Amino acid sequence: MIAATMPIQRPRDAKLLVVDTAGQISHHPRPALATLLAPDDLVVANDAATVPASLFGIHVPTGCPIEIRLATRRSLAADDRCFTAVVFGAGDFRTRTEDRPLPPRLAPGDSLQLGPLRATVLMLLDHPRLISLRLAGTAREILDGLARHGRPIQYAHLRAPLAMWDTWTPIAGLPLAFEPPSASFVLDWWMLAAFRDRGIKFATLTHAAGISSTGDPRLDARLPFDEPYRISPSTAALINDSRSRGARVVAVGTSVVRALEDAGREGVVRPGEGLATQTIGAGTSLTIVDALVSGAHERGTSHHELLRAFLDDSTLAAIDCELEARDYRTHEFGDSVFIEATIRRDIPVPITPRGDPCLR
Amino acid sequence: MSKTHALHGLRALVTGGTSGLGLALVQQLLDAGMSVAFVARTRENVEAIARACPLAHGIVGDVARKDDIYPIALQVVAGLGGLDILINNASALGPVPLVPLADTDCEDLELALATNLLGPFRLTKALLGSLAASAREGRPALVVNISSDAAVSAYPQWGAYGASKAGLLHLTRIWNEEMSADGIRFVSFDPGDMDTPLHALAVPDADRSTLKDPATSARELLELIGAPQEMVR
Repeated sequence: MIAATMPIQRPRDAKLLVVDTAGQISHHPRPALATLLAPDDLVVANDAATVPASLFGIHVPTGCPIEIRLATRRSLAADDRCFTAVVFGAGDFRTRTEDRPLPPRLAPGDSLQLGPLRATVLMLLDHPRLISLRLAGTAREILDGLARHGRPIQYAHLRAPLAMWDTWTPIAGLPLAFEPPSASFVLDWWMLAAFRDRGIKFATLTHAAGISSTGDPRLDARLPFDEPYRISPSTAALINDSRSRGARVVAVGTSVVRALEDAGREGVVRPGEGLATQTIGAGTSLTIVDALVSGAHERGTSHHELLRAFLDDSTLAAIDCELEARDYRTHEFGDSVFIEATIRRDIPVPITPRGDPCLR
Repeated sequence: MSKTHALHGLRALVTGGTSGLGLALVQQLLDAGMSVAFVARTRENVEAIARACPLAHGIVGDVARKDDIYPIALQVVAGLGGLDILINNASALGPVPLVPLADTDCEDLELALATNLLGPFRLTKALLGSLAASAREGRPALVVNISSDAAVSAYPQWGAYGASKAGLLHLTRIWNEEMSADGIRFVSFDPGDMDTPLHALAVPDADRSTLKDPATSARELLELIGAPQEMVR
């Protein structure tokens, strides 16, 4: 695969690899997705907008420059000011994250001045780049500060810095994600109209997608972090109705799989706010989601690992070969896969919740 | 029962909310029990109105600046927890004092287009996801673009303003055609000749007693918004 280096959400030549229910692989232009879905399918997408979560500033006790990347938080409440964050030393996105210097030595109680925002280090989280912090001020002051000073988290593989409009999907609503729920870049309003014309239903949930990669293998092994989400009563009702009628639930993005499998772990999707703590991968029994639209992910990432809940390893290996052989583009602005096959396990494997890094 | 009863609990954004029609709208939408955010360019003015209306969420930004649009949208949606009604009210006259097109600097036409046409287009696009989410949840989703008789009539010296407002009027109609299936309605509202700072810039020697109180126009717009859907056309 090759890295998508331009921040174009819907390139004209975007590709879509499809794995059908028999495990057969085919290739299509990505806008054909609407014709590949079946009437009465329910497509569920993540409509979170992306917070400009990269904050440059100063570690006040030493005066050293730092970059904070807000990575996740425990709830969607507007007054929740506590975040888990990844910290870098000097430099910017032009240096690959794996080559960025470590931040100065941080201690609980340290002040960080991030443009107009002030933060306090709460805890160091067993990795030199991972901390929990609290932003000072009212919810409005924090929003104003993020809007004026925050920048989208940047990627070294892109040729130019990302602007906020590059990171908001066409359906972006509540700004709760820290990196874009990029599977939704597939969607545009024309495609949503095509869904309607074909009797395909569409619903959204809001999942606060956390940071997706840090460039540090030890840190990346802990991803995804716990992530809060919210499912509206109308979306929950649509999903439960579809399932009771035997209609498919098609998730757009791994974040949607995570939210739905958490909210529906007892077989029915509960509306409201929840915290997805599970890791989905080989051995996970999917309860709610029947099919997945996602990016073309590289082996070794948590997104790729999630595909193992849908596909056996030999099919996944065949997909990896096809993506490689046909020059699919990976990362946020890359090509897509549509996986119609799911492994239906006879014996559900219990999902073990993991500990959370933001221990307030 | 008041016609505006149906507005209680809705979430609205008013651009250009620190003077004239925009300010009257902020006050009346709050009185109707709505959650209200407003945008204006000048921090002092935003803070003054926010002090006078502590329930309103004041945001500093210029809709004519491309770089301001997403920071505005971020604060609106996060501040209100979503959005049901967007009122694109902020407007620029173009050249001040008004002059014929032949004497209009290109930059003044550009400013009028940026504020009156591109700004509402960009802000609507940035907020479309929130409006559509609102519609999917069974709430009303409405965009009101403030229009003018200058959008229809060819008034000499109102070229920059009139052309930009004509563009906005047509944009509104096409938006409405295209987005109605997604449950988002678009309407134009012509508030009439009001006694506002904008009018004073355009016609400094106007007899103010002949001009409409912006509060009256705001009341008319609230009735339009609160009216059953089939009447809002």
